Amino acid sequence: MQIQRVAITGVSAICGLGNSMNEVWDNALKGQSGISLIEGANPEMWPVVFAGQVRNFEVSPDIIDPKEQKRFDTFIHYALHAADEAVRSSGLLDSGYDPLMMGSIMGVGLGGFPMIEEMHTIYHDKGPRRVSPFFIPGFIPNMTSGKISLKYNMKGVNYATSSACASASHAIGAAAMEIMMGRQDSMVTGGAEAVLSGLTMAGFSNMKALSKWNDRPSEASRPFDKERNGFVMGEGAGIIVLENLEKAKARGAKIIAEVVGFGATADAYHITAPEPEGAGTVPCMEQALRYAGINKEDIDYINAHGTSTPLGDIAETKAIKKVFGDHAYKLNVSSTKSMHGHLLGAAGGLESVMCIKALETGTIPPTINLNEADPECDLNYTANEAVKREIRYALNNSFGFGGTNSTTIFKKFEG
Amino acid sequence: MEIQDKVINIVSEAANVEAGNIKSETSFIDDLNLDSLDMVEMMMKMEEEFGIEIPEEKTEDLKTIGDVAKYLKDNAN
Repeated sequence: MQIQRVAITGVSAICGLGNSMNEVWDNALKGQSGISLIEGANPEMWPVVFAGQVRNFEVSPDIIDPKEQKRFDTFIHYALHAADEAVRSSGLLDSGYDPLMMGSIMGVGLGGFPMIEEMHTIYHDKGPRRVSPFFIPGFIPNMTSGKISLKYNMKGVNYATSSACASASHAIGAAAMEIMMGRQDSMVTGGAEAVLSGLTMAGFSNMKALSKWNDRPSEASRPFDKERNGFVMGEGAGIIVLENLEKAKARGAKIIAEVVGFGATADAYHITAPEPEGAGTVPCMEQALRYAGINKEDIDYINAHGTSTPLGDIAETKAIKKVFGDHAYKLNVSSTKSMHGHLLGAAGGLESVMCIKALETGTIPPTINLNEADPECDLNYTANEAVKREIRYALNNSFGFGGTNSTTIFKKFEG
Repeated sequence: MEIQDKVINIVSEAANVEAGNIKSETSFIDDLNLDSLDMVEMMMKMEEEFGIEIPEEKTEDLKTIGDVAKYLKDNAN
């Protein structure tokens, strides 16, 4: 079997930085914070009242029938809007591919938590007869890929991955492999998440995972900084369109970049804490490099998992140094979570989009709020300002609760 | 307001169809293209609005707007 090359022909993102690809990218390059107080958060019931909340988002009747809008929880709205921009910009709908060769794999970590909360309240207060028949289809993670298939008549492989904060990264890896093996001609992949609710905040907060800087939200997400104190929740979607590269070329598609490597491992260490020496993450990055058939010196940019937690950022820094040796100090690292927060299951989707845009434009988005680096975090984290640099290969890390790790490598398209 | 007009208003809003296009003989499934889940939701709205309980086995017989209006009239509290 011949391994097929994987082209990226469409990208889109929605997050606290904006509601379209251009808006998100422009604000990321400006080093803006998309993190602010959450509208409608009740401080008595929400231990944390700020996040990278999507603002001024309106559901388009062209994308979701007005009758259906309320039936689907917000993460599905984000997934469908980002998918629409990515699909339309790729020209995929005019490709003439067999619908059975067009698939979708989406990463969603938690799914429709807010809808579960709402329905539980109705169940509790009004009884079982008032629970909506659309409750179940409205919150399940794979309704993202399911609704994408319905919207664009894509009848190939269709499912969702759920591996906490690595969900979207695993989805992209799985989708790329569908193309590499020749099983599918195109894949809509990435991730979506929207779980801003008191219950989720309480859950994460009681794990001591969240920053509680309620009085200075835009400074709270500060990966690798000395004063970092936990992650900041974000929401949104990051979606990419993958295609068999030869077929994309043949139809005259604009190829933005390629997916060339994928690694996946488990720490087998603790349910939530990262293994501190990189026992799981080092082989994960190495596997992705081997898969890509490149040397470690070829990587120019790492979009780090970098969640701004005290333990995680040190462990990831150590792992990068173990994998890359001296080259670790020559490449640029950044954590864009400093600007958009942690999109949980969608993180790998949005951050893969950041890598792809970096390859396309030769510009690396910064890590903001990095005023004084933790002495144990001594790499070049692209502090506070975007950097111009020729980038051929970019690597994205996503790690999740359960000790799961995923690394994806993207390559600039050079013909 | 007549019971039937109330029913038409509820259906109009839920199915996103103009009230003027909904008549007594309008069928939920054949004319409004509602599926089984839509029907469950529609009956829940009727129950809530009219404060009664429509037994599940009854809902299968309620195929048109007129059927629902008649059922509600006959079973109103």
